[in-house]
Amino acid sequence: MSTIRIKAKERNGVVDVKTLMKHPMETGLRKDKDGKKIPEHWIQDVSAESGGKTVFTASFNTSISKDPYLSFAFAGKKGDTLVLSWKDSAGATDTAEVKIG
Amino acid sequence: MDRRSVLKAAGVMTAAATALVALPRLAWAAYSEKAFKAKGSADALSNLYGANATTPSDQVKLKAPDIAENGAVVPVEVETDLQADSIAILIEKNPSPLAISADLPAGTKAMVKTRCRMGETTNVTAVVKSGGKLYTATKEVKVTIGGCGG
Repeated sequence: MSTIRIKAKERNGVVDVKTLMKHPMETGLRKDKDGKKIPEHWIQDVSAESGGKTVFTASFNTSISKDPYLSFAFAGKKGDTLVLSWKDSAGATDTAEVKIG
Repeated sequence: MDRRSVLKAAGVMTAAATALVALPRLAWAAYSEKAFKAKGSADALSNLYGANATTPSDQVKLKAPDIAENGAVVPVEVETDLQADSIAILIEKNPSPLAISADLPAGTKAMVKTRCRMGETTNVTAVVKSGGKLYTATKEVKVTIGGCGG
């Protein structure tokens, strides 16, 4: 199952995007039960594309909350596809797409 | 298996292969390790934008709670009427202040909303890059329980 949930709604030519990504976003400061530091592990980059062009990119630090929430808006149209991906500090990635409603 | 279902299966597989090939063309922001690991706000901005001279502006709108009971999840929203190429959020008292930087291609609204961690009561600064200059808005958020997990 995808780690990404996306809602994309168009109004007056502007697509409003709300997304949630499931990720632990470990800061590297937290300790486990035995007092050992849990290594940092976080989403570094997020990229969104629609209508054949990049509409939004962002980089995160470990100070973005666990299971990051992100919202942005761009000029686009209903029926187009929005593709959103993330890449984390361990090199893992995930991608999801949604039809703009 | 008759000819029709074989062709159909082949079609599905081709579509799947195309989807896989299509993935890597996504453009990633260039991750600035230096900016995100920087220990101070000015240092973070220098590494991110190549400059740290900022001008406070009431055209930069920063929304964050006055008091955050849980520092692990603090909603922060930045919006501006300025023509912005990039938006960043700095949480001054965090071990590394830069929380997020977002690049806005033409046609993308100058707005970003997310949820941040704050270790203690801190100033939060929204930075908007517009026409090669950095404009800011700052607000103090009182944190009851820190969210960095020390």
